[in-house]
Amino acid sequence: MAEATQFNVVDPGIEEGLEKLTEKRKNEVLSKFVSILKKGRFDVYVNTCIHCGLCSDACHWYQSFKDPIYSPVGKVKQTIWEILRRDGKVDRDFIRRAAEIAYTECNLCKRCSMYCPFGIDIGYMMNMVRRLCHLLGVVPLYLQDTCNSHAVTINQMWVKEDEWIDTVFWQEDEGQGEIKNFYIPFDKEGADIMFSVIGPEPKFKPQLIQEVATLMYIAGIDFTFPSFDGWDNSDMAMYVGDFETCERIKRAHFEAAMRLKVKKIVMCECGHAFRSVYDVGNRFLGWKAHPIPVIHAIQLYYELLKSGRLKVVKKIKEPVTLHDPCNVVRGRGVGKYARYVLEQICENFIEMTPNNEHNFCCAAGGGVINCGPIWRGKRVAGNSVKADQIKRTGAKIVVTPCHNCHSGIADIIETYKLDVKNVFLVELLLQVVEIPDELKVEY
Amino acid sequence: MLELLGSDSLYKFLRGPMCWVAFILFFVCSIYKIIRYTKQLSQEKVVFAYVKPQYALKSYFYWFLPFGTRNWRLHPYMNIFTFLFHISLIFVPIFLSAHNLLIYESWGISWWTIPDKLADIATIIVIISCFFFLGRRIFIKEVNYVTYLSDYFILAIVFFTFLTGFLAYHQIYTYKIFLNLHILFGEIMLISIPFTRLFHMWSFFFTRGYIASEFGYVRKVKDW
Repeated sequence: MAEATQFNVVDPGIEEGLEKLTEKRKNEVLSKFVSILKKGRFDVYVNTCIHCGLCSDACHWYQSFKDPIYSPVGKVKQTIWEILRRDGKVDRDFIRRAAEIAYTECNLCKRCSMYCPFGIDIGYMMNMVRRLCHLLGVVPLYLQDTCNSHAVTINQMWVKEDEWIDTVFWQEDEGQGEIKNFYIPFDKEGADIMFSVIGPEPKFKPQLIQEVATLMYIAGIDFTFPSFDGWDNSDMAMYVGDFETCERIKRAHFEAAMRLKVKKIVMCECGHAFRSVYDVGNRFLGWKAHPIPVIHAIQLYYELLKSGRLKVVKKIKEPVTLHDPCNVVRGRGVGKYARYVLEQICENFIEMTPNNEHNFCCAAGGGVINCGPIWRGKRVAGNSVKADQIKRTGAKIVVTPCHNCHSGIADIIETYKLDVKNVFLVELLLQVVEIPDELKVEY
Repeated sequence: MLELLGSDSLYKFLRGPMCWVAFILFFVCSIYKIIRYTKQLSQEKVVFAYVKPQYALKSYFYWFLPFGTRNWRLHPYMNIFTFLFHISLIFVPIFLSAHNLLIYESWGISWWTIPDKLADIATIIVIISCFFFLGRRIFIKEVNYVTYLSDYFILAIVFFTFLTGFLAYHQIYTYKIFLNLHILFGEIMLISIPFTRLFHMWSFFFTRGYIASEFGYVRKVKDW
C-alpha cells in the first residue's frame, strides 16, 4: 500500500494561479461562495451529515490508501466544512490543498452518494469546490488547457476544423482497404444517427472513428458525422468548474444535431461526455433532459445485435471482464446492455466484484487524468483496489467502454504489471461480426 | 444543588411550562425548518424538477430495511446497532406507559403502550448503542477524523436522556433527581432537534428522496 503523504506534486497551473490571485479577488469569490454554502442543497447537506463515515468504503481512494483524508466525508471536511468554519477567510495553502483534493483526489464518480445513508451528493459538493477554484483561477495546468481549448475551438484538443475533416477522410481511406465502397458521410441531413466523438479520438485514437463507422456501415445504418463545430461531445469544462464554457460547448453539440435534423445522437465510448449530455450540460442550458434523443455507443451495439443487423460469427475465446464506467453504468444504467453484448460475443465473460452500478471508478475519470502526467503516480497509487479487482477476475481482456477508463486502466495494468489487455467494446465487436461477402474487398 | 435538582418546584417547572416550551419549539421550529428547506431547495431549479415519489419511496424502503442495502451489508454491526438504536429512540418515548399516563392525566387521552419490560430492554439497547457510536467515533479512524465536539454533544443528549430515564424508572439512588434530570434532558433533546444535526430525522427524507430520484429517474439505476 502506498503512503498517502509521499506525493508532493507541484502543479504549475495551481502555483501560477495562486501567484496571480489578488487578496481582493480571493475575498470576493470566497464570500460569495460562503453565501452559496449557506443556502440550497449545500445547507441541507452540511446540516444533515451526521459524520458517520459510512461513505468511506465507497471511495477507491480511501480503499487504496486507508487514510481518512481520502474518504469522501474527509474531503468535505478539509474543504467545505473548513471554509464554513473560517467563514471564507482561508489562506493560499488552504486553496492549494482544496484544489488538489477537488481536482485530483475525487473523480466525481458518485459512488459515495450511493453509499451515504442520507444520499448526500458529495460529488456535487466536490464539483462546486472545483467551481470555487476555477473562479479563483487555481486549476491544474493540463486540465485548464483542455478547457481553454473548449473555449477557443469548441473541442477538447485544439483540433482545427480542417484537421478534423482530414482525419475522418484519412480513416475513410484506411477503411476502404477492408470494406468495399466504405465511406463516412459528413453532414448528411435527416440521417438516423449523428455519431459524435470526443476530441481525443481524432487526436490520439483515430482508428476508433474508422472502427465504429465500419460497424455502422456493415449494419447498414444511416449515419453521419458533423464536419463543423459540435462534432466533439466531450466536456472538460464541467470538470474544471467553468460552467459557462460547458454551456457553450453543449449548445454547439445539440445544435449540430438539430442543424443536421438527425433522429438521434449516438455518443462514442466515452463516459464523461455522456454525463455532460444527460446530467450536467443539459441542465445548464435549461433542458430537463437532452433536447433530442441521445444514446451511448453501448446501447447502439446492443440494438444492432438484438435486431440482428449485426451477426456474430465467432466468439472471443479468452476470458473477458468488464469495467463498468461510472458515468455510463452508475450514471445511466447501461450496464445491462454491455452485458448482453459481451455475452453474445464472448465465450467466457467474468464479472468483476463488485460490479454494475457498484463498480469502483477507474480513478482517471472526473477530469483527474486530464490533470496531466505529473499526477499520474498519485492517481494510479490511489486505485490499487482496481488492480486487485481486475486481478481477481483472472480475465485476459478487460473491456473499458470509456476513454478515461481506458487510459486509466491502461496505466493501472502497466504499473501493477497485470497480465491483461484493455480494449474498447467496438474493437472486440469488429473481431467477431460477420462482414457480408458483397462488402469484402477482393485482392 | 442536589436539593434543587430533586425539588418539587423544579419538577413542576419542567413538567409544566418547560414541557410546553420544548414541544412548541420542537414542532414549530421543525415545521419552520422543513418549510425553509422546501423553499430553498425549490429555488434551486434542479431539485424538485427531478424528484419522483416512486423512486424516493422505493429508496426509503430499502434504506429502512435492515441489511437492505449494500452498504448496510458491508457494515453489519453498524447496521444492527443503528437500527435498534433508532427504533428504540423513536418508539420508546412515544409508547412508554409512564409517558402515556402523563398525557392521560393532563388531557384524558392515551394510546397503545409497550410493556415496561420491552421498554427497559430498548432503553438498555439505546445506552449500549451510544457506547458503540462513541467507540466508533474514538477508535475508527475515518469516523474519528470527521468527529467534532458537536458530535459528542448530540450523542450525550441522547445518552443522558435514556440513562436518567432508566435510573428513574428503577428508582436507583434518588428517584426525584433522576426524574427531573430525565425530563430536562428529554426537553433539551426535543429542542435540539431543529437546531442541530439531529434534524436529520426530518432532512433524511429530503436528501434521500432527492438522490433516489436522481438515480432512479435520471440515472436509471438503484441507489441501494
